Amino acid sequence: MIKARVTVTLKNGVLDPQGKAIEGALSSLGFDGVGHVRQGKVFDIELDGADKAKAESDIKAMCEKLLANTVIENYTVAID
Amino acid sequence: MKSAVVQLPGLNRDRDMVDALTKISGHAPVTVWQTETEIPDVDLIVIPGGFSYGDYLRCGAIAARMPVMQAIREKAEQGVKVLGVCNGFQILVEAGLLPGALMRNTSLRFVCKEVLLEVVNADTDFTRAYGQGQVIRCPVAHHDGNYFVDDATLSAMEDKRQIVFRYAGGTNPNGSLSDIAGVINARGNVLGMMPHPENLIEAAHGGTDGRALFASALDVIAA
Repeated sequence: MIKARVTVTLKNGVLDPQGKAIEGALSSLGFDGVGHVRQGKVFDIELDGADKAKAESDIKAMCEKLLANTVIENYTVAID
Repeated sequence: MKSAVVQLPGLNRDRDMVDALTKISGHAPVTVWQTETEIPDVDLIVIPGGFSYGDYLRCGAIAARMPVMQAIREKAEQGVKVLGVCNGFQILVEAGLLPGALMRNTSLRFVCKEVLLEVVNADTDFTRAYGQGQVIRCPVAHHDGNYFVDDATLSAMEDKRQIVFRYAGGTNPNGSLSDIAGVINARGNVLGMMPHPENLIEAAHGGTDGRALFASALDVIAA
């Protein structure tokens, strides 16, 4: 079995109100020196088989079709 | 004019929409479940508001991949009018039938209130019963109505008059780029909007400003 981790983040220039709220909350907790915070999503996906190249291309297709909205989001894929 | 209302699990404004279409056209719309792969012959397909699939992943993301959306895409390509309201708008952008994306409101709060809308383009099949530049009242109720699109696409959309409604009078409730409340595709037969015109069509609603949208789309004389 192959394990993949997909990380989806907002593209640069896309406003992230949730990240901003978290940024403010960290400062109000007394953490100094917190710069910009951007919130994203992580998906851990298990795939049958052992072909890592195929797994990677399948996962990329999943990102393009569903996991990420490429109008506003970027994604990265890590295969374990 | 015949119409259809799409039903998906988690949508909750479908009965309001059926009611509005029935009262304005005099004919009840057909309802179409998400697993349908064919849509009856109609002139207008409406995707109503709600919280399809619990807004999981992204609002409208899962609904946009259901079989009925492929059928709607084919109808839209044939020129059938498609209207998406609120979650329906989110589903249309997720399906790629309209440009842009709808993100979390900048306030991070669910907003349920009345706003003002400027009819920016009254030359569409959905707005011809309004006057150009007319300002109307309309309710909104959403958590993710913050419209975003990249600069190049926005400029192309403005050239083609694809911005149909803008929040007016400082009532932008969600931080939407350029106060955008509703957009149409380049062909002019797919409209998406966050506000709920179906909830302002009779005296009991406190106003009838939403009526002209359905009167336009259904080709009936505005009452």
